[in-house]
Amino acid sequence: MVLPTTLKHVATAAELTELINTESNVMVCCGRMGPMCIPVYGVMDELQDEYTHVAFRDMMFGSPEAAIIRNLPECRNFMGLPFTVYFKDGKVAAATSSIQNRDQITTILDREFGKA
Amino acid sequence: MDIKHYDTIIIGAGPAGLTAGIYLSRARASVLILDSGVAGGQMILTHEIANYPGFEHISGYELSNNMRLQAKNFGCIIKSGISIQTIDFESETKSVSLSNGSRYTSDTIILATGGRSRSLNVPGEDLFRGRGISYCATCDGDFFTGKEIAVVGGGNSALEEAVSLTKYATKVTLIHQFDHFQGFKHAEEEVWNNPKIEVMLQSRINSFNGTEKLESISVENLHTKASKEIKLDGVFIFIGYEANTDFLQGKCIKLNERKEIIADMNMHTNIDGVFAAGDAIAKKYRQITLAVADGTVAALNAMEYINQRKTKLSGVVS
Repeated sequence: MVLPTTLKHVATAAELTELINTESNVMVCCGRMGPMCIPVYGVMDELQDEYTHVAFRDMMFGSPEAAIIRNLPECRNFMGLPFTVYFKDGKVAAATSSIQNRDQITTILDREFGKA
Repeated sequence: MDIKHYDTIIIGAGPAGLTAGIYLSRARASVLILDSGVAGGQMILTHEIANYPGFEHISGYELSNNMRLQAKNFGCIIKSGISIQTIDFESETKSVSLSNGSRYTSDTIILATGGRSRSLNVPGEDLFRGRGISYCATCDGDFFTGKEIAVVGGGNSALEEAVSLTKYATKVTLIHQFDHFQGFKHAEEEVWNNPKIEVMLQSRINSFNGTEKLESISVENLHTKASKEIKLDGVFIFIGYEANTDFLQGKCIKLNERKEIIADMNMHTNIDGVFAAGDAIAKKYRQITLAVADGTVAALNAMEYINQRKTKLSGVVS
């Protein structure tokens, strides 16, 4: 099960584990096709060409496989979609809940992964 | 610094701006479309659109992408995620400077900046967004299963979503600043008849409180001035939309008391060569079809303006 976006998708927990173990900088947006999630996918889509050192992926929130994101301690108090998680060298570097704009996302990308 | 000149700069890449871009670029005008967010505007946020002619059902995401690609394929340059620093509307040659240092000039400007959901702007709102505060019942309703929540607002959205959220929450407190609701009668009746909903009229939230997540709200009764703290897990805010015209405050473009742009039937503003279209203008109905129509009218009139200007300039030269 994957989202109908133009981003690359992560469909399973195993795929995500492999990705964060092989890529240094990973941003995963775990959501649905709702009004809080779509703008985040849009920003990620636009940033892909700029932040070539970051792997941008989305993941379907409703999938049982997305428990790997939903159950992260960093997402414990989250009550708004999407759950967006930034992984640095396999570890969670930052996580946000609900809609984020381009400035908020690039602030985290620049801080955790370095500027484009 | 390199300054690039366009026939038209369109500010806003929602349905109005993209349509204007399609019409102008198809007429061989050079067009730059600037947007502070992502192309699609409010349309991209709509889960399913069932009243856009030609498509029985289409997601806002797909329709936005189709319009963006169409505009791009006709030759529009689209720059998203930009931040405008200054705009010169009044000179014959208009100019727009961005915070990244880029500067563009044009013969005409079309303002198609759309609207956005209104925020309460009270302490704690930003802090607890996604940690108890939400603006989308469909997206986040199930996080509040078995919990107590509040809904803020008194229009149709607030009334309908309050009822829909009772599917999840054990109790919904509906908070509205006036002494009556503004929604349809049937929506109001559903609220009054729902045993899970408690109504607090003439009340407002003064602060959102908590540590790691929302734990309570401070509510003031506007009639008695008494305040009380309500412990709850979530608040959904549905208090309508406002035009994205903050950057026009105190500028030469004429706005109404709701800060919407005043445009005539040709979508011309009070400033020569500056047009407006879509949800940012003063009008009764806000629909994608109407934004598309506004964008068309603005583009055709901008094209006429550009042609007249070019004719005038060539006359001066010869």
